[in-house]
Amino acid sequence: MKFLVCISQVPDTTTKITFTPDKKAFNAQGVQFIINPYDEIALTRALELKEALGGTVTVINVGQTNTEPNLRKALAIGADDAIRVNAEPTDAYFVAFQIAEVAKKNSYDIILTGKESIDYNGGQVPTMLGEFLGLPSVSVATKLDVNGSVATLEREIDGGKEILEAKLPFVAGAQKGMAEPRIPNMRGIMTARTKPLAVVEPAACEMLSSSAQFDLPAAKGECKMIDPNNVGELVNLLHTEAKVI
Amino acid sequence: MATETKPTTALKGGEFLIKETEAQSIFIPEQWNEEQKMIAQSCADFLTQEVYPNIEKIDAQEPGLIVKLLNKAADLGLLGLSVPEQYGGFEKDFVTGMLATEVLGAGYSFAVAISAHTGIGTLPILYYGNEAQKKKYIPKLASGEWKACYCLTEPSAGSDANSGKTKAILSADGKHYILNGQKMWITNGGFADVFTVFAKIDNDENLSAFIVEKSFGGITLNPEEHKMGIKGSSTRQVFFNDCKVPVENLLSDRQNGFKIAVNILNLGRVKLGAAAIGAAKQVATKAIQYANERNQFGRPISKYGAIRYKLAEQAIRIYAVEAAVYRASQNIEDAIIALEAGGMEKGKAMLKGVEQFAPEAAILKVAGSEALDYVVDEGVQIYGGMGYSADAPMDRAYRDSRINRIFEGTNEINRMLTVDMMLKRAMKGELDLMGPATKIAGELMSIPDLGGEDTTLFSAEKKYLKNFKKAVLMVAGSAAQKLMMELSKEQEVLMNIADMLIDLYVSESVQLRVEKLVSMHGEKNCQEQIDIMRVYLNDAADRIHKNGKEAINSYSSGDEQRMMLMGLKRFTKTEPFNAKDARRRVAAKLISENKYCY
Ligand SMILES: Cc1cc2nc3c(=O)[nH]c(=O)nc-3n(C[C@H](O)[C@H](O)[C@H](O)COP(=O)(O)OP(=O)(O)OC[C@H]3O[C@@H](n4cnc5c(N)ncnc54)[C@H](O)[C@@H]3O)c2cc1C
Repeated sequence: MKFLVCISQVPDTTTKITFTPDKKAFNAQGVQFIINPYDEIALTRALELKEALGGTVTVINVGQTNTEPNLRKALAIGADDAIRVNAEPTDAYFVAFQIAEVAKKNSYDIILTGKESIDYNGGQVPTMLGEFLGLPSVSVATKLDVNGSVATLEREIDGGKEILEAKLPFVAGAQKGMAEPRIPNMRGIMTARTKPLAVVEPAACEMLSSSAQFDLPAAKGECKMIDPNNVGELVNLLHTEAKVI
Repeated sequence: MATETKPTTALKGGEFLIKETEAQSIFIPEQWNEEQKMIAQSCADFLTQEVYPNIEKIDAQEPGLIVKLLNKAADLGLLGLSVPEQYGGFEKDFVTGMLATEVLGAGYSFAVAISAHTGIGTLPILYYGNEAQKKKYIPKLASGEWKACYCLTEPSAGSDANSGKTKAILSADGKHYILNGQKMWITNGGFADVFTVFAKIDNDENLSAFIVEKSFGGITLNPEEHKMGIKGSSTRQVFFNDCKVPVENLLSDRQNGFKIAVNILNLGRVKLGAAAIGAAKQVATKAIQYANERNQFGRPISKYGAIRYKLAEQAIRIYAVEAAVYRASQNIEDAIIALEAGGMEKGKAMLKGVEQFAPEAAILKVAGSEALDYVVDEGVQIYGGMGYSADAPMDRAYRDSRINRIFEGTNEINRMLTVDMMLKRAMKGELDLMGPATKIAGELMSIPDLGGEDTTLFSAEKKYLKNFKKAVLMVAGSAAQKLMMELSKEQEVLMNIADMLIDLYVSESVQLRVEKLVSMHGEKNCQEQIDIMRVYLNDAADRIHKNGKEAINSYSSGDEQRMMLMGLKRFTKTEPFNAKDARRRVAAKLISENKYCY
């Protein structure tokens, strides 16, 4: 069975978010990047299934050379090989398009992504991938099992769960619960260096969107205390200052 | 390999006092490669996933838990990191081993358990065992199948370890040594399968070492000790009652035990320095985050200068000692490589390499444990009342830190060792202290060389360091000359000199680190690190002055005293420096990053 797992890198969760002076991009200077946690869940489930069913796990990333440490980490966790599409991941459409181009050339049985990446939280890549490849796509899956040529997936829905079946090949986006991420062990770390990491150039692709400007949420203002007996002032302030009523 | 730049003129251990080091020749933590970072991350992830969620249960000594965690660490390969491949390990270099130790050092009691297993538990066999012993024990220790402990201390033999009373007597058939005696404070004692035991054969003057399996029988354990901290670490008294040890389990030669103990401790001291840094970084991060969250008088307490001072000072001490830990670790690694290249077997080269840097190892042990104690103490203070709460994180950090000044040789013993080893090397002609010391005595008579106006970056600090060396050499040299054989009885003076040496080594290390860092990233991107270095050197100058003055005033008088005091003043003189503003800048970055970030 051939697995393709899409790996993006995101700022470490303790990162202080700042933007470039022109406000058009996230300021990545000095930021530590980690594998998107949901992608790590997808990768772990792919490895578990591979261990049970046999096969290979390939990881893919659309990014510049600075993503290679995280691809190596994916190899250390247990992926067999890695592909990096050498391009800036400008938007979900571009990323899904590039991954689909690679996937078309190799017949993968199962393509997994995270349900979303925790930087821009677009959550669109799994669905777009399904569309580009003409495959079923299940987003936000909490469980994935494979039986022959059919997979069973679970999704959480309001007040219960939905159980889906999908014929291979298909695309799915992993949500918490699908697997417990693994810590790379020493053997994995040491063999990661020797595993193949292919760099491919991006295919021509239309740019559909670009970021115009980023802004931080407005800082919380000072807290004003109002005497409980003075309801009139409260209403007045809510109306004229906070402008919420 | 850790560095691309190999030193061309490697200094020998202790030579930092008389020679200068090129910044480019040292290894700095800003140079970790991808693989080393990955190993560090795995260690950190292990603590986050397995240790911290269980920390209360670990400290309550939930049966089997710490063993289970050691097994999980073994699955990741963490018990075999520094073990050669032929014995089932991953054969990582010395510096990488220290990095893993540093990161795991933030693991409270678990850190002590894993460090005792991989350090004093495994290494005596790895470095002193014969082939059969290594083949039998090391793979099982590296895989975690067996756990190890180290039995040196006895109720009446602590710092004076060679005075142990445990006896080994050859059985009538000559096949066994029969062990009898009592050991105390044995880390991992409660669950260990393999014990390295130090005992005297017959009426030998010196200890011998034995590999003892629990299954040999004749071993009983007292209940767990009730301790101030590291409550989750197993600490037991171990009794040997006619414990039958096969003769082939004598480790190394008869009466070689004390040497084994000393050399393993040398290594353990570097490890302890590294582990202390890891623990301290975590505490610093918690303190910064708390200071940012806690509001008093309408603003976060991190806005107050008194708190900023503490946050900055925590970072300054961590950064400086970290510089020293990895400088020495790379020196040791290079020495090992050189010895191996000269044909020495790996295990021997390792020991010789560490032995060469034994003075530095003792310095790191003291500097690391005391930096950590400062960091946890101010950590409690920054947390205020919450710092005193057993339900908040500072309580455990504070209690767990304290042991580090006691085990692996108390800090007093390590201070004395630092001076003692340097002087012994001087006496043996291995380290030329007297030449430079005499020259300085001559310099005292001459008119001070005011020097040209060199205003390039680091020129002032390099001059300070040159002078610090003169100050230490002057005091150490005159003390040795005046007190001669009496010096060993004048422990107060020894402590003064040791503290001067520690301040010199750590200051020089942080200066070299920042100089190299600036050469990599440019001055503009290293402003806070430059501040850190300057604050450290300024404070070190005052401490060196105070220690020197105390020493000089204790053994000299008249003109000689006056001249030396004047010299000391000259050698510890610094230009006016606004440390307040520098600390504020260091703190500002910590506060904005909301974590230890240097
Ligand atoms: C939690 C814990 C774990 C330990 N784990 C181990 C272990 O796994 N294996 C093991 O073998 N040991 C272990 N030890 C023992 C530890 O190494 C000793 O406690 C330490 O070496 C000090 O010895 P002591 O307790 O007998 O103190 P003492 O030697 O009695 O020292 C008491 C005080 O006197 C000072 N002092 C002693 N001699 C001199 C001197 N000549 N000059 C000046 N001052 C002096 C000391 O610095 C100290 O301040 C452990 C101890 C503890 C508390």
